[in-house]
Amino acid sequence: MTDETSLNLFQQQELNRRRTTWLLAVFVLFFAWLGFGGDYIYALYTAHAPPAAQHHVWWFGFVMLVLGVGLAAYAYQTGSEKVLWATGAEEVLDPADDKQKQLVNVVEEMAIAAGVPRPRVWIVPDSDPNAFATGTDPLHAHVAVTQGLLDLCSRDELQGVIGHELGHVKNLDVRLMTTLAALVGAVLLMRDGTNRIFWGSGRGSSSGGGGSRGGRKGDLGPLVLVLLVVWIVSWILAPIITQLLALAVSRKREYLADAMGAQFTRNPLALASALQKIEAADMPTTHVKGGAAHMCIADPLGRRLTAHEGFVADVLATHPPMAKRIAILRGMGYAQLKKEGGAVS
Amino acid sequence: MASGILLVLLVVATLWVIGAYNGLVSLKNQTVNAFKQIDVQLKRRHDLIPNLVSAVRGAMNFEKDTLEAVIQARNQAVKVNAAGPQAVKQISQAENALSSALSRLMVVVEQYPQLKATGNIGQLQEELTSTENKVAFARQLYNDTATQYNTKQQQFPASLVAGVARAQPADLWEIEDKAERDVPQVDLSMKPKT
Repeated sequence: MTDETSLNLFQQQELNRRRTTWLLAVFVLFFAWLGFGGDYIYALYTAHAPPAAQHHVWWFGFVMLVLGVGLAAYAYQTGSEKVLWATGAEEVLDPADDKQKQLVNVVEEMAIAAGVPRPRVWIVPDSDPNAFATGTDPLHAHVAVTQGLLDLCSRDELQGVIGHELGHVKNLDVRLMTTLAALVGAVLLMRDGTNRIFWGSGRGSSSGGGGSRGGRKGDLGPLVLVLLVVWIVSWILAPIITQLLALAVSRKREYLADAMGAQFTRNPLALASALQKIEAADMPTTHVKGGAAHMCIADPLGRRLTAHEGFVADVLATHPPMAKRIAILRGMGYAQLKKEGGAVS
Repeated sequence: MASGILLVLLVVATLWVIGAYNGLVSLKNQTVNAFKQIDVQLKRRHDLIPNLVSAVRGAMNFEKDTLEAVIQARNQAVKVNAAGPQAVKQISQAENALSSALSRLMVVVEQYPQLKATGNIGQLQEELTSTENKVAFARQLYNDTATQYNTKQQQFPASLVAGVARAQPADLWEIEDKAERDVPQVDLSMKPKT
């Protein structure tokens, strides 16, 4: 993990492909566990019941498995659309003003520098400066910036930010991050749904079911109890785990994308100053919800956690500390200036 | 037993040769493709310049030399460009001349706010900046790719396969430091006629 930024481009791409596959596999397996685990517990629970009360086909597990595969495939296929839709981004097809024209030009320039096809360009109507890239591969990539970023940044700074985003596109970070965002979205949706089922039906039936359940309690072995607890806990923890996953995956990638952006623009100082402006504007990007937070160039939730490193930040922050990113970029910039014989101002 | 080990070594060596060969071929094609990209951007630039010239000509009959230099450099570049990708050296020279002529023009335009205020020159300026950047970035990508290709074919042990893969060092796109670094001279005493 620690020196994953030192791999070359093809290894980075391979790493991201592999991680996406793993992510999808774990997601499906998790659904299978939720389904078949429930079936298994139910089977143990009803083991002593008359045969008529048992079910022999584990339909719940199959339903959950199919659901998991379906959700994973759907998330992978339509992830980028969903992310863009969720942020309320509008595509720039015909640049309406000079700023938009400049944005389109800058994206074209950076696509040339990165050697990828020009991604589609979107603008999020939000006054907080931020940007993200999404898509499954460079051929189907999207770059979105907020209106706030357009208004705030100079041409060079915009170029730095777009270079950073195209770094994500080129090393296939977008595939992993988009899939992750879509899966997080699916799990959050599922949580809302199950909450409604659990709490909704729970309230209605608890008074009636209490008596009969109490009578059968002696039949429950400790194994069933443990399984039941684990099973229920995994239902509750699923959203939290997927979000932690999103955090862990994205943090290290930001340094790498910064470096790639600097390589494309050959102007690390512009990106550093853009990051500084984004940091200074420190208000939450309201259009970007929790599920897509890890995709942005700067933490859209404006969390204080991002301000320093340490154990808590390592576990909970989506982004590395801004000050450190700026310091690294500045270092690159000064090294470059020194090499070219220019004066450090 | 010994023959078994020999066989394994042979298989490994063969696999490595195949890998190195394919790596070189793929880098070669990337280099060629990167060069094509420069070509595309240069054509764009050549097409843009007549528009730019006609837009500023009316407002700029005071800086005739600068404008003439741009037109001449452009025509020269178009002529050389027809020679095809073999003439990297000549093309890059002509394009560098055009670059410096254009940057002089840009500096002149910057000096006259009245000029920027008239009509669509602001937009044209953005177009020109973008085109210049695209040329520069295409060149950068070509040089990066070509350097990677050259390094790969010269380094041991891939150099052993280089002959079989017909790998030739690719010419880098030279940037004439002098032309790029020269600060364009602008005569500030010359005031616009309007």
